Amino acid sequence: MKSQPIDTYASELAEDVRRAVADGSASGYDRRAASLFSDFEDPDFLRRTAGDVKQHTLENLDTYLAQTEDRLKENGVEVHWAGDAEAACRAVLKIMRDNGATKVVKSKSMATEEIHLNDFLEREGIESLETDLGEFIVQIDHDHPSHIVKPIIHKNRQGIARSYEREGLGAYDDRPEVITARARKFLRKKYLEASVGLTGANFIVAESGRLVLVTNEGNSRFCLAGTDIHIAVVGIEKVIPRDRDLSLFLSLLGRSATGQQLTVYTEFISGPRAEGQPDGPRQMHVILLDNRRTEVLASNCRDILRCIRCGACLNVCPIYRQASGHAYRSVYPGPVGAVLSPLLAGEKFSELADLPKASSLCGACKEVCPVNIPIPDLLLRLRDKAKHEGIKSPGTPPMGGWAYLASQPTVWRASLSAGRLMNLMPLNLIPVPALRAWTKSRQLPEWRGGAFRKWMKTRKIGGKDS
Amino acid sequence: MNNDREAILKRVGEAVGGLADRTPYPSFRNDLGVSTARSLDGDLWEIFCERFVAVNGMPVETPDAMVEYLKTFGYTHGYCDPALRESLAPFFDSGFTLEESFDRQDIDRYQFGITRAHAAIAETGSVVVTDRLTSSRLAALAPWVHIACITRDEIIRDTVAAVADLGDDPNVVWITGPSKTADVEGILIEGVHGPGIQICLLL
Repeated sequence: MKSQPIDTYASELAEDVRRAVADGSASGYDRRAASLFSDFEDPDFLRRTAGDVKQHTLENLDTYLAQTEDRLKENGVEVHWAGDAEAACRAVLKIMRDNGATKVVKSKSMATEEIHLNDFLEREGIESLETDLGEFIVQIDHDHPSHIVKPIIHKNRQGIARSYEREGLGAYDDRPEVITARARKFLRKKYLEASVGLTGANFIVAESGRLVLVTNEGNSRFCLAGTDIHIAVVGIEKVIPRDRDLSLFLSLLGRSATGQQLTVYTEFISGPRAEGQPDGPRQMHVILLDNRRTEVLASNCRDILRCIRCGACLNVCPIYRQASGHAYRSVYPGPVGAVLSPLLAGEKFSELADLPKASSLCGACKEVCPVNIPIPDLLLRLRDKAKHEGIKSPGTPPMGGWAYLASQPTVWRASLSAGRLMNLMPLNLIPVPALRAWTKSRQLPEWRGGAFRKWMKTRKIGGKDS
Repeated sequence: MNNDREAILKRVGEAVGGLADRTPYPSFRNDLGVSTARSLDGDLWEIFCERFVAVNGMPVETPDAMVEYLKTFGYTHGYCDPALRESLAPFFDSGFTLEESFDRQDIDRYQFGITRAHAAIAETGSVVVTDRLTSSRLAALAPWVHIACITRDEIIRDTVAAVADLGDDPNVVWITGPSKTADVEGILIEGVHGPGIQICLLL
């Protein structure tokens, strides 16, 4: 019997990577929690409200998308629509070709990771350079980000210093301040050589057409200070209705992602540079990306589209902490990825149908989610979808026996008592492969079958004497 | 591309068209996202200073103090917004070079950049930079030290008021401290692409 793919990946993870991911995701938890719980009397109300705003927007997305397009155009922005990854990549290329542009500087964007824009542009002979420090290191290593907010959480400074040495960015020096300063020196030349600054968007406001971008490093600001053309690739679920929503969302995003009241650079962009401003893009393009978001919207998992990509659910997830982001074999890791990735995979759903099963359903992800996404419920819906489509995932223990017992009350009662025998048995020696694979890394609690029924029977109604 | 537009809007319409009960837009106070833990009553410059220091910004109350700081750390070559030059130049002695244009071919020549900011936000310790008032995006970003200048009456109480004040400027940036990263092993480093020192000067 094979293990679940995510278990296999976790068991083969190098010890230093496991430690880096476990420490990196756990660190800052107190700061993030304190920034919500000490700053607000009822932080839960904030996230429920933010969740309702996004759910409302999604359920009325037809209206809000049309409004967004109108406002963008009024602001002097060119709007493009991309049904899938290929169309989005082509749209970027066309804008570049039309303007004779050959170099792009990019700020961090999950949407462009999703459409594999860098690979596409490279094949077309265009230099596309990541400027977020973590993404830059991922790019020179031909690696993939393993966390939404901390892309190189799986790397340590020694490895980075070796990569720098290999790429001619300087002799081996693993001090973080040196690693940062070398990137600063290298990238500031690139910002000024490139003619296109490419970004994603954290939010796009329907009533004003404002695109909101947050970074701590200031790299997206630099992308939009040195270049002539701004292209933003934005998922259609990024829309929020009004400017007034921004105070709430920015407050939650900074706190949930990094424990900051606000991210350092919060940019509100509603068009090409102002008259008289010497720096920054003269053209602005927004590419509105579907890439199966409308399929998710039509499904019973549409709540996942509320996600504002803060990474909080990754940080608290016991599976993510042990397995690291690459174990999810997709662009979006962690609990949000376990829901979103299989859905975005479309006809390849079956290849990622094991991800929703790689969860103990502990609910930590839902508790920290700033937009209150019921992730455990959505995981169950996807398990159900896989079941109905007859997709079998390796490493999932067969549940047929349990289903039989659970549907026969007498047999069930008998087996509850008989189950006590399990406390006496050395389970790891039982020659049932499924059981052995399961118990290899897990322990069953002591069997107490029937205790609850006994308690229920002796409990008096009203509960006073119980 | 136009085909994509129609197709996407059609799919969106089909996806949400059949929903029986659509979630209403919730009712909430504008300032729901503003922390209630710390008071914003009192002198807004004082509150701003406290919050700005908390995010490693450096508030400076007089041009003399600013020049003193730059001198102490050997930052002697910089850019100054031409509109500020008349009022600030008298405070600089002959040991300084102030340029009124920003040469993008040689951005590392400038150790500091002095630009006009639009406002500051007391709640979060942010300076607000707009495209119309900032004489050069690059000068406010590329030098190691950025000095954003505001007047006392330009300080805004909170992010709600700051959002209401966004107006029609095509590019507004709230800057909350120096440029920073914690990408390498979670260790905080300041001055990644933008300034390592973020100053706010009260005019």
